[in-house]
Amino acid sequence: MGELQKRAQGLAAKPWFRMPRQPMLRHLTYAAVAVVFLYFLTQKLSAFNDYEVGQIAFYAVALAGLTLLTGINGQISLGHGGFMAVGGFTLALLVEHTTWNVVPELAIAIATSALVGAVIGIPATRLRGPYLAGMTLMVALGLPYLTNQYNSFFGGDQGLTTPQPTGPASINPEQWLAWIQLACALIVLILLGNLLRSRFGRSFRAVRDDEIAASLAGIHVARTKVIAFMVSAGCAGLAGALLALSAGGVNSAEFPLSISIYLLAGMVIGGTGSLMGVWWGAILIVYLPTSWAPALASHFHVNSQVSANLAVIIFGLVLVVGMLVAPGGIQGALRWVAARVGAYFSPDGVPNMKLSLQEAPTDRAVHDGESVTQVGEPGVQVHPTND
Amino acid sequence: MQFFLNITLGGIATGMIVAAVALGLVLIFRATNIVNFAQGAMAMMTTYIAYAVLHQGSGYWLAFVAALATGLLFGALTQVVLIRPLQGKSPLNAIIVTFGFLIFLEGVAGAIWGSQTRTYPAPFSEAGQKIGNTQIAFSPFDVFVVLAVLALMILMLVLFRGTDLGLRMRAVAFAPETARLLGVRVRPLLTLGWALSAAAGVLAALLVVPTSSLTPNFMDVILIYGFTAAVVGGLDSPVGALVGGLATGLSLAYVGGYLGGSLEPMAALALVIVSLMIRPEGLFARPAPRRV
Amino acid sequence: MPVLEIEDLSVSYGAVHALTDVSFSAAEGEVTAVLGANGAGKTTLLRAITGLVRPRKGTVRYDGEQLEKMSVEKIVRHGVAHVPEGRSVIEEMTVDENLRLGSLFRFSRRQRGPVIEEIYALFPPLAERRRQHANTLSGGERQMLAIGRALVSRPKVLLLDEPSLGLAPIVTARLMAVLRDLTQASNLIVVLVEQNARSSLSIAQKAVVINLGRVVVCEDAAKVAGDSELRHHYLGY
Repeated sequence: MGELQKRAQGLAAKPWFRMPRQPMLRHLTYAAVAVVFLYFLTQKLSAFNDYEVGQIAFYAVALAGLTLLTGINGQISLGHGGFMAVGGFTLALLVEHTTWNVVPELAIAIATSALVGAVIGIPATRLRGPYLAGMTLMVALGLPYLTNQYNSFFGGDQGLTTPQPTGPASINPEQWLAWIQLACALIVLILLGNLLRSRFGRSFRAVRDDEIAASLAGIHVARTKVIAFMVSAGCAGLAGALLALSAGGVNSAEFPLSISIYLLAGMVIGGTGSLMGVWWGAILIVYLPTSWAPALASHFHVNSQVSANLAVIIFGLVLVVGMLVAPGGIQGALRWVAARVGAYFSPDGVPNMKLSLQEAPTDRAVHDGESVTQVGEPGVQVHPTND
Repeated sequence: MQFFLNITLGGIATGMIVAAVALGLVLIFRATNIVNFAQGAMAMMTTYIAYAVLHQGSGYWLAFVAALATGLLFGALTQVVLIRPLQGKSPLNAIIVTFGFLIFLEGVAGAIWGSQTRTYPAPFSEAGQKIGNTQIAFSPFDVFVVLAVLALMILMLVLFRGTDLGLRMRAVAFAPETARLLGVRVRPLLTLGWALSAAAGVLAALLVVPTSSLTPNFMDVILIYGFTAAVVGGLDSPVGALVGGLATGLSLAYVGGYLGGSLEPMAALALVIVSLMIRPEGLFARPAPRRV
Repeated sequence: MPVLEIEDLSVSYGAVHALTDVSFSAAEGEVTAVLGANGAGKTTLLRAITGLVRPRKGTVRYDGEQLEKMSVEKIVRHGVAHVPEGRSVIEEMTVDENLRLGSLFRFSRRQRGPVIEEIYALFPPLAERRRQHANTLSGGERQMLAIGRALVSRPKVLLLDEPSLGLAPIVTARLMAVLRDLTQASNLIVVLVEQNARSSLSIAQKAVVINLGRVVVCEDAAKVAGDSELRHHYLGY
């Protein structure tokens, strides 16, 4: 055994700090570290950077919901921007017609989009297949038309205004809003992290891996899928409401189909099924369309027509190429590297990481029509009896 | 009464176009369990190519044929490059890839041709006709729409019911492994299926573009109506695509005519929800149960 | 005389070894019964012969050709017909369409009619239902259709996976009699995978017993049927 390996084992035996076993405590520890870090971050940032940090936070919320739906539960939404719109308009209408505090307003935005999610999710679960994908796409494409139809209610082209919530006088409003958005993101991630380690999380995964096996194990498959979708839509609604606060108002142009596309690409880039990967995706969504793509366009001196579409083209490529080449995304790649490094240090370890769309690869996708029973055939060996 | 009649006639014309889109979706879904969300965008790209051909000075019909041929090729190429590598992977991957391709194509179209609207001509007059003393909103172009889609449907019917190639394609769609065991080469047939599906989408685009207008996203809404029609009729039934298309076209026409045109996309969603609640397998589902 | 020769065939699914070093040969005009308990690897053996699974090592030879590197379609066109377990008729097609599908790659449009009529003569119940969809057939009729569809291309090797599964004993007996006559009349090589050892041994000339993916016995069928200890141990009767 090499010296390095001995040292690595020693380290493993006596860690300088052991994370709490209890998931809630562990997640709270992560969150506490994050809060300290982010506090100092926002202290250092300008107002515009606060705005960007806040954006990253609410996109992380939406991505966390999408990741739960797709990576953990195996369903897909092509129109999560539609649910963001539901949340955003709900908040704006509440601001318009009530004088409530921002917290109940956000709560109602979450509830409304979860409810809309149920309306879409319940019929979609009646069949397997791409129904949810198509229906969510319809939501994202159809909602702007709906706000046009009832434009006196939804504020027409100008939309509805959502003033920034005012905090203590000593804190500037941009910073206060960024804090609210970051707090929401951390709370959502902690809650989802716990949810995934609960009975629900296990049922989500079981349904994803094999619906029939899950139902034989006593899991109500349709209900589980609807719950996952409602949680996911609720997250998107919260994100939409937070977006409305950042934007200072909502109109139908605020939630184009491209938001749904950004979210999907952000999820694929971040690594489907990884809650930590949502930060990578959120950073991409915030910076690619506004800074990186324009920088790229001006570097290559392309005309305005190309530069206006560059972000969309890149996101499309991310989706197609990402799915074909690296379905694990950035977080998957990091885990792959970590596994390689870990194997180097461990005495007997061979890296056993497969990159797959879904977090825990199963051997379910056996091609050419082989059924799972044949894969496991020798496992169900029946010994001959003498009778 | 005349208003109702005109809406109905308009609904039939739209319904036929929607049926062509639905047929394209069904052709692929039946064989591979994939809904090709990029179908509309592929047809959009092809329509821009037809537009370019048209503005080279060629006539409408040359552009028409060129578009259909390009569509066939485009569909086949897409299957080979993007879809074949996904075989045996989770169906979610295919959904994300086709959706990503939709976005990519719309971005590329915007980059090349810009987002301004262009008008695409119709081969026949789009003006309503006078029959006796009543003006009805059914133009010669609408007649062409109905006949073109009917011709497509009949061609498909002859192909699938009357030829050996069609028999093989159906075998691949229903039972790919069994088909292989009977000596059928599956891969080229899947490619052919994608080619035909793309051509159906292109036909729909060529029929819809004179009345809408040519922009990078003009097929988005038509695609979701096609999806609606396919769900109503049963995602794996070509006959269902026709009936579902007409049902969808008429329903949307009534909603648009009596309640307001902006409600049509949401009405389509409501139609999907209702049809999934009442008859989830679609009106013309195939008889066999889902294989476990 | 061409034989189907299987040598050192090993198949794994991931870490699971389904077949290990399986060797045997099957001769023309003979039924070779492959017997063994549930999960012994019998189905995998047939799937490896037609290329539906790729062997980890070993060869499958027929008529001087190595089959294990060919595609499924090519193997089938080479004269190897495989009737998978579970009467894999295409339910959405009519009886006639199922049979026509089986004949496509071997016969021209003109030749097909008479060839299909021969199958109807072999299995008269199918003739009465030629325009019906296959999902309206009974279990026995489906099995007839699946076998008929394999025979319509005039194969030289016929691989049958559990044809008696779920059939009434009298139907099984009739099916076995048809198979026996057919094998001798058209010099077929038949590999018959069965759990129902008694009925398959009654028509087989040779028996291969597989246990846990390995060949434990490769003998004359009569000898296996007569060896009560062997029957007890591996065949459960």
